[in-house]
Amino acid sequence: MTRLAMPKADEGVLARRGEIAEALRAIVGTEWVVDHPDGLRPFESDGLTAYRQTPLVVALPENTAEVQAILRYCSGSGIRVVPRGSGTSLSGGSLPLADAVLLVMSRFNRILEIDFENRAVTVQPGVTNLNITNAVADRGFYYAPDPSSQIACSIGGNVAENSGGVHCLKYGITTNNILGLEMVLVDGEVIRLGGKHLDAEGYDLLALMTGSEGLLGVVTEVTVRILQAPETARAVLLGFPSSEDGGQCVAEIIAAGIIPGGMEMMDRPAIHAAEDYVRAGYPRDVEALLIVELDGPKGEVDFLLDRVEQIGRANRASYVRVSQSETERQLFWAGRKAAFPAVGRISPDYYCMDGTIPRKALPAVLHRMRELSGQYGLLVANVFHAGDGNLHPLICYDANKPGELEAAEAFGADILRLCVEVGGVLTGEHGVGVEKRDLMPAMFSETDLMQQQRVKCAFDPDQLLNPGKVFPVLHRCAELGRMHVHRGQMPFPDLPRF
Amino acid sequence: MANQGATFRPDTTEGVRELVAWAAAEATPLEILGHGTKRSVGRAVQAAYTLDLAALSGITLYEPEELVLSAKAGTPVAEIEALLSEHGQELPFEPMDHGPIGGGAAGRGTIGGIVAGNVSGPRRIKAGAARDHVLGVTAVSGRGEVFKAGGRVVKNVTGYDLARGLAGSWGTLAVMTEITVKVLPRPEATATLVIRGLADGEAVRTLCAAMGSPYEVSGAAHLPSAAAEAAGLPGRRAATCLRLEGFAPSVAYRLERLAALLSGLGGAERLEGAPSAALWRAIRDAAPFAGSDAPLWRASVAPMAGPALVSALEGHALSHFYDWSGGLVWIEAGSGIGDGGAAPVRAAVAATGGGHATLVRGDAAVRAAIEPFQTQPAALAALSRRLKAQFDPAGILNPGRMPAAN
Ligand SMILES: Cc1cc2nc3c(=O)[nH]c(=O)nc-3n(C[C@H](O)[C@H](O)[C@H](O)COP(=O)(O)OP(=O)(O)OC[C@H]3O[C@@H](n4cnc5c(N)ncnc54)[C@H](O)[C@@H]3O)c2cc1C
Repeated sequence: MTRLAMPKADEGVLARRGEIAEALRAIVGTEWVVDHPDGLRPFESDGLTAYRQTPLVVALPENTAEVQAILRYCSGSGIRVVPRGSGTSLSGGSLPLADAVLLVMSRFNRILEIDFENRAVTVQPGVTNLNITNAVADRGFYYAPDPSSQIACSIGGNVAENSGGVHCLKYGITTNNILGLEMVLVDGEVIRLGGKHLDAEGYDLLALMTGSEGLLGVVTEVTVRILQAPETARAVLLGFPSSEDGGQCVAEIIAAGIIPGGMEMMDRPAIHAAEDYVRAGYPRDVEALLIVELDGPKGEVDFLLDRVEQIGRANRASYVRVSQSETERQLFWAGRKAAFPAVGRISPDYYCMDGTIPRKALPAVLHRMRELSGQYGLLVANVFHAGDGNLHPLICYDANKPGELEAAEAFGADILRLCVEVGGVLTGEHGVGVEKRDLMPAMFSETDLMQQQRVKCAFDPDQLLNPGKVFPVLHRCAELGRMHVHRGQMPFPDLPRF
Repeated sequence: MANQGATFRPDTTEGVRELVAWAAAEATPLEILGHGTKRSVGRAVQAAYTLDLAALSGITLYEPEELVLSAKAGTPVAEIEALLSEHGQELPFEPMDHGPIGGGAAGRGTIGGIVAGNVSGPRRIKAGAARDHVLGVTAVSGRGEVFKAGGRVVKNVTGYDLARGLAGSWGTLAVMTEITVKVLPRPEATATLVIRGLADGEAVRTLCAAMGSPYEVSGAAHLPSAAAEAAGLPGRRAATCLRLEGFAPSVAYRLERLAALLSGLGGAERLEGAPSAALWRAIRDAAPFAGSDAPLWRASVAPMAGPALVSALEGHALSHFYDWSGGLVWIEAGSGIGDGGAAPVRAAVAATGGGHATLVRGDAAVRAAIEPFQTQPAALAALSRRLKAQFDPAGILNPGRMPAAN
């Protein structure tokens, strides 16, 4: 395991562990507090398994009042708190701290209201992403953002990570699909943002909360917008002799005014791994494979599919296959959806990256990635949300070989710096967490980061919620609040002074 | 206006920074202005000096194939729309032009003002608001520091979403100096179905049913007869309007199906081309209320609650219409009402399930006497004030305009 500097554990809190567990039991009931080492083990890591830490104690509240009581108690006693949904974060967002209560939201699993007329569903944050769709599917509705982890990840976690999915190109990411939240601030205050209406009154705190990685408040209720499912969906597979051709095809589809429901690309290593695993019928002799899915009214889908096929051919597609049935469409996706486990079969371990780049930089970035792959001696397979430039390079390594995890991490960091260099960003949907925390200065200046941390200060002045995540250097709020004014250095000497 | 002092027109981010840093050191308030088309929204700012951003103008990046555009904050929206239009693209959130309802000219307004006010139009219900299209900003905080947030790509969760967070802050947190937005291809075809003569309740039920259909409705408005007449639909009958946009074969296909779905309501008229565009421009700009100075409210509620909101205002509202499937209600109050209608409007919003109402036009006395923006519960208001203090500790940016900046 690599070393990661986390905030120094508070010895005083560690010493009070038993007393803290007792206090939590008084709030949520004996069976909903875990402090036995065996019971704590399943909570040691999230989806980023390279990092592990046993939490101080785990508490599983059931309702807002219990969350309030826990946060009041913790903030009153200076105890840190790490919120956790389903623990599928790929950036270590819900990695425990030795001296923090792990606040597990999985008992918040009720759907509170389904309002078809206003197309709004209100749920508790522990409800899984897929269960929202399941709850409204009988009337033909669905919740659009669809992370691949949707059977497991919680909507509270989706809000905290601002998660995306294959369909986000057309339907937006979490932040575009959330109408309202109830949350508890670290001091126990309950706040409601939004509702079933559109747009915030006052500051857009919904925007700040979505993607805040558990650092600003604990989400206790979420209202999402639902959509009527499209009448139909069809997909086309396009294989290209080079990634440049594939990239150009993506650009031309978008330039033609077509926003597909999904547009995913895989490179040769990913295609082979997927094909070996699920036999989706992918061509093996291409450098890049595009899956373009058109969804919407039947009259539109057939028409656009034709156009996409033409654009593909004009861009030297050497392989074109249009889905002729729902089964075939599902098969096209089966390969892409299994790409991660497929890579898992050909390599003992893999490390999933998540940078975003401007689409036009794709060929250059892939080229550089191949060079880096040679330098580090590690294979990299690429799957990406091509429509929005969100890359998921999968770096293959073997954790049992000394130094390989470190090499994989260094390779990953190089890829993310490269993303920033070409005008992109460190993370498109998985979050900063602990994983990309120390890379933040590659994208933001010290001033940028300090202004972000000041937002934290407005919500959580003592920095008790999920500290050690997102920001490489923790400044105290008092220090951040200081204004460095230079009186006398007046740029406008003609102005009257007050 | 309230401020009598000098006006500064910096043309660079650095110029803005210098001025704001100076103002912060002197604790001297500034009114932040683009073209001033939305000056009637919120309280009149009490400031010694004006920071006019009109000279900070120009499109700095436009890559049509990447669907991205960056512009300095003072760039006229009209200039941006013209360039996009040359490439068959547009601002998907269809920003409203506040000029006409504010008694000014049409066609003015800056991109900074649009984002600062989170200004959207009818397509908000399908495409999202201005804030949904903001990808990145460069801004000067009230501390006189330049910071950037976000980036130029759509998929980005790196750090807090400050770029989106500045949308709707009306210049009270930071002065945005450059903004990057996501743009989209302009639809090839547009068609509108207009059903005449429905009462509000049935009309909004119809709009909501259409929004719940798979036909991708991109505009859903109901204009009672007076508003319909003013929006250019003669006949003295209410008009329930549904817009479809996209590729021509798709629009034709969906139009048939949507018409079939609504066939129980009697025949629908169909509008295409210029008449359809003119109708939606009128709806976007609240044109039925232009040319008057009566207090004008803009309320956002759950779509189905729109008609109940209006009923609760019986006797206070002179006229009204609905956009956003019923959820956006424009209400013109009688000018004789002392508080501009604040008390009844706010009570009606609360009684119909919550949301918010903003006075977007009213004389200075009314705007000073009431709170033009929705007031918030104590805990939320306190949080907003703490946020304001983190960006602008000296309180120099647009003081008074929003509740958190009082
Ligand atoms: C196989 C696999 C595939 C994935 N595919 C995708 C994908 O396609 N797209 C994508 O975007 N992500 C993907 N992810 C990442 C992950 O599933 C998402 O980030 C998800 O939203 C996390 O949800 P969770 O409930 O597991 O949250 P957790 O991992 O438990 O927590 C994530 C963060 O949210 C905070 N948090 C959780 N609940 C709350 C709450 N109620 N209030 C406040 N903060 C809270 C935590 O503190 C933490 O910072 C994938 C993960 C895996 C393992």
